[in-house]
Amino acid sequence: SDTKVMTCAAVWRMPKELESGSHESPDDSSSNTQTLELLCHLDNTAHGNMACVMWEPMGDGKKIISLADNNILLWDLQESSTKAVLSSSAALEGKGQLKFTSGRWSPHHNCTQIATANDTTVRGWDTRSMRQIYCIENAHGQLVRDLDFNPNKQYYLASCGDDCKVKFWDTRNVTEPVKTLEEHSHWVWNVRYNHSHDQLILTGSSDSRVILSNMVSISSEPFGHMVDDDELSDQEDQHQEEKIKEPLQDSVIATYEEHEDSVYAVEWSSADPWLFASLSYDGRLVINRVPRALKYHILL
Amino acid sequence: AAGSGPGENPEAAAAGTGGGGSGWRRPHGPLQRYYGPSAAEAAEAAPDPTDINGPHFDPEVFMTKVRNECPLGQLLAQEAALGREIRALDSDMQTLLYENYNKFISATDTIRKMKVDFRHMEAEMDDLAANMAAISASSARVSAALQDRHRRGAQLAGVQALLRKLQALLEVPGRLRRWAGTEPARALRCYGRARAVLRHYRHLPSFRAIEDESHAIMAELAQRLRTRLREEMLDPKELTECVEMLLQLEEPPEELSEEFLSQAGARLETELAALEAELPTSDPSGAATTPPPASDILDFVDRGSSAFVGTLCQLAGSYRTLFGEDTGRLEPFAAALATRYFALLERRLALERGLGDTSLLVRALDRFHRRLQALLELLPSGTTAAAELVARAARERVDRYLRALQTFFLGCLGDVRQALAAPRPPGKEGPGLPDLLATLAASVLGQLKAVLAYVQLFTARDVAFASLPYFKGEFCITAVREGLVVAFIRWLCHTARGFADGPAERGAPAAPPALLLLLARLCLDYESSTISYILTLTDEQFPPQDSGPPVTPGPALCAEARAAAQRLLDHYVQVQGAAVAQMLRKSVETRDWLGTVEPRNVRAVMKRVVEDITAIDVQVGQLFEEGVRRAQSSDSSRRAFSVYSSSRAPGRYAPSYTPSAPMDTHLLSNIQKLFSERIDIFSPVEFNKVSVLTGIIKISLKTLLECVRLRTLGRFGLQQVQVDGHYLQLYLWRFASDERVVQGLLDEVAASAAHRCLDPVPMEHSVVELICERG
Repeated sequence: SDTKVMTCAAVWRMPKELESGSHESPDDSSSNTQTLELLCHLDNTAHGNMACVMWEPMGDGKKIISLADNNILLWDLQESSTKAVLSSSAALEGKGQLKFTSGRWSPHHNCTQIATANDTTVRGWDTRSMRQIYCIENAHGQLVRDLDFNPNKQYYLASCGDDCKVKFWDTRNVTEPVKTLEEHSHWVWNVRYNHSHDQLILTGSSDSRVILSNMVSISSEPFGHMVDDDELSDQEDQHQEEKIKEPLQDSVIATYEEHEDSVYAVEWSSADPWLFASLSYDGRLVINRVPRALKYHILL
Repeated sequence: AAGSGPGENPEAAAAGTGGGGSGWRRPHGPLQRYYGPSAAEAAEAAPDPTDINGPHFDPEVFMTKVRNECPLGQLLAQEAALGREIRALDSDMQTLLYENYNKFISATDTIRKMKVDFRHMEAEMDDLAANMAAISASSARVSAALQDRHRRGAQLAGVQALLRKLQALLEVPGRLRRWAGTEPARALRCYGRARAVLRHYRHLPSFRAIEDESHAIMAELAQRLRTRLREEMLDPKELTECVEMLLQLEEPPEELSEEFLSQAGARLETELAALEAELPTSDPSGAATTPPPASDILDFVDRGSSAFVGTLCQLAGSYRTLFGEDTGRLEPFAAALATRYFALLERRLALERGLGDTSLLVRALDRFHRRLQALLELLPSGTTAAAELVARAARERVDRYLRALQTFFLGCLGDVRQALAAPRPPGKEGPGLPDLLATLAASVLGQLKAVLAYVQLFTARDVAFASLPYFKGEFCITAVREGLVVAFIRWLCHTARGFADGPAERGAPAAPPALLLLLARLCLDYESSTISYILTLTDEQFPPQDSGPPVTPGPALCAEARAAAQRLLDHYVQVQGAAVAQMLRKSVETRDWLGTVEPRNVRAVMKRVVEDITAIDVQVGQLFEEGVRRAQSSDSSRRAFSVYSSSRAPGRYAPSYTPSAPMDTHLLSNIQKLFSERIDIFSPVEFNKVSVLTGIIKISLKTLLECVRLRTLGRFGLQQVQVDGHYLQLYLWRFASDERVVQGLLDEVAASAAHRCLDPVPMEHSVVELICERG
């Protein structure tokens, strides 16, 4: 009958028990399945398929941006989030049928910037004026699949795409990527910065692999964790100096091959910075830890 | 003899007159012999006592001889002959006597008369003797009287000579003055002659005056010469003369040598300036805008060496003769100038951009080097500088050849690209890839050989500087082998890689895939044979020294070439795979899979995919070998699963969508995956057709899989995917190294489509087959 497929977006509330950091045993949660409470729909009938929805990274959680086909929609949640009002929007104009594939809201600059991806291009937008502020043409050889902002360095942006590459950009100078990773053997679907240690980069790809990389050279701590001199004895001091002198090398920390099919999502835990999960087409959710040795290396 | 003289005389006179005229002459010979044979005749003829006419005739001996020797008849004849002869002689004698009688008489009269005359003469002679005595007495008197005058005359002559000399001395200043202006050399000679005398007699005031004046003139001359030295531009010969004269004038040599050098320096400066004038002004804004030099390099070097080096040598030689062997001042002077000359030459060499004529350059450098040898003898420090200059020029030229080779290669690539891009009239095939490859490889190799031949001119036997140690060892190794050949091969690999690495970034115009394939093959050929051939050739033409610097080994270059080939081929696979994948993706993304009608045909895009892959197969097949296909193993688990999943069509997708048994297909799929190898989609390929095609097919099908997973399908959508998948399998398996890879990926496509299907009712397998066979 109705042969149209429409991607929509809605705002949901998580069950209270889960929200308050559950202490229940796994048995409990599986026995009585919690259901989400629908708060409101983001009405996109005029704008096309929703490709991406983003919460404002800081603030009171009243602002949402969604990408629908070639539109950027900024929503205000009102009346205790039961109503979403479109507060402003912008449309990407250009040749052909442009569609956003992905977007990311920058936590920097007082949350006034977002980055979007369409086809091989990455664009930055100012949410106050809803105007484009930068544009990386041909950021990837093929489709750009995902973006992420460095949580600690305000101009740094990671992107990944169908050319099997992960690229790191400085949005002040977009002619060349700062760094390029070519570790995957198929499309890279996700790239994620660790929330607190931005040298840790997680990528998931349809080659069924998850790769954890250590991009020290372009992180906010390029010489490792800085320790105040006072806290160190002489011996340690010497040791520390040696460590500082040696610039740390970017490297792949680990390749996780637990998945048997394409990995479509990877995410860091918001509670524990050393924990991450990946989800693949074969229905497998894998949770991994950052290797202990690396953890201590970063912390100490 | 005196007594008999008169007695015989009448006889002789009678005999002489008897014959009269000729008759008198005839017997003259025998008579003469008889009366007085000349001493000469007597000495000549041995005394023969038997010769009847000889002066030593001995009748006894004659008689004995005749009697002993002759027979009677002859004796009688001889006797008769003798008798006749005696008679004849007697009559002759009588005749002579008669004939000369009157003469005897007159002779006697004459003698008598003479006796009287002599008496008279004696008296006169006495008279004469007395007169002569008187004459000699008066002569002695006159002589004595003149003696004194004669002495005074001689004295006067001496004085006059002295006076003449004095006169000459007095004239010295005048002459000096006269010649000083026009002929300083003559003045100097004159002065030189006079100086010793003047110095000797300087205690005399007049001489001193002369000397002082001469000195003054000479000082003036010296002054003038100095001025000339200082102000005028003298050619080296004049300069040498001038300084030589000044030296003779006993000017301080220190000062002179300095002035000589400064004058020589000025002279050489002008020559350098003349050379420099030919060079365009060094203008930092753009070397490319300066016009090409008017004369060629050989001409320049020729003029430079004949003018500058010649003059410098000449001057240096003069300096040595003038100031002795102490060259403490000369050397730095010459060194400084030579350095400037080198600098000029270097600048001129720098103008030799482009390739020009290498033989000309080599000849120019050779001439430069040869001409310099003379100079270098007195300037040892310049040797290294000159050698370095030549070496630098040679290196520069080699570098330029490298660049030319690179340009040439790029030009060839441009031609190849054009040939590839040229629109072909239908039905007419353009040049095949193998032809293009052969042309490219041959022309590049030919060019390289030609360049090596040119460069070899630098080490030719008839070139003087080729014997320098640099050209024997380091040049061959560092400049030619490493700097030219190895660098070119490296650059070639790098450039080839650039086609794979570069354009993927930032949307530069991408190289056509055929070019990538061609370059991959080229690099592979280089790895397998060309590099070793080129290196062998180079080592033959430029034999390496044992103790030379380390060289890049052939295998390292081969590895580089291989890596480049690998990279290119991988890139080719990616590019072609991406092209096919793009087609598939668009076809999946733009279709409305929910509202589609029941499939009647294979979609056109699938046919297009098969066509493209077939075309790629042909293209790759032109340059690469077939490769090995994995043996078919019909009973493997993989195959079994695929047979299971595609043949049991009716019940195939059912389990996954019955909530009661959601794990069945997943389990099955996961178990199957556990036993199959992980398929790396963008993975390196091998250098053969099958591997390349497998790579492209993998990329294409994986894209199809991912795209299908993003869609929501209706029943007919699923069935269409089923038909397309079967069609692809029918036509693609033969290209892949392992049929199971194709099968596996297509199975996954079908399974994913079923997952994404709202109403998963697959089509009858027989119908699918029917549709595929029809289309």
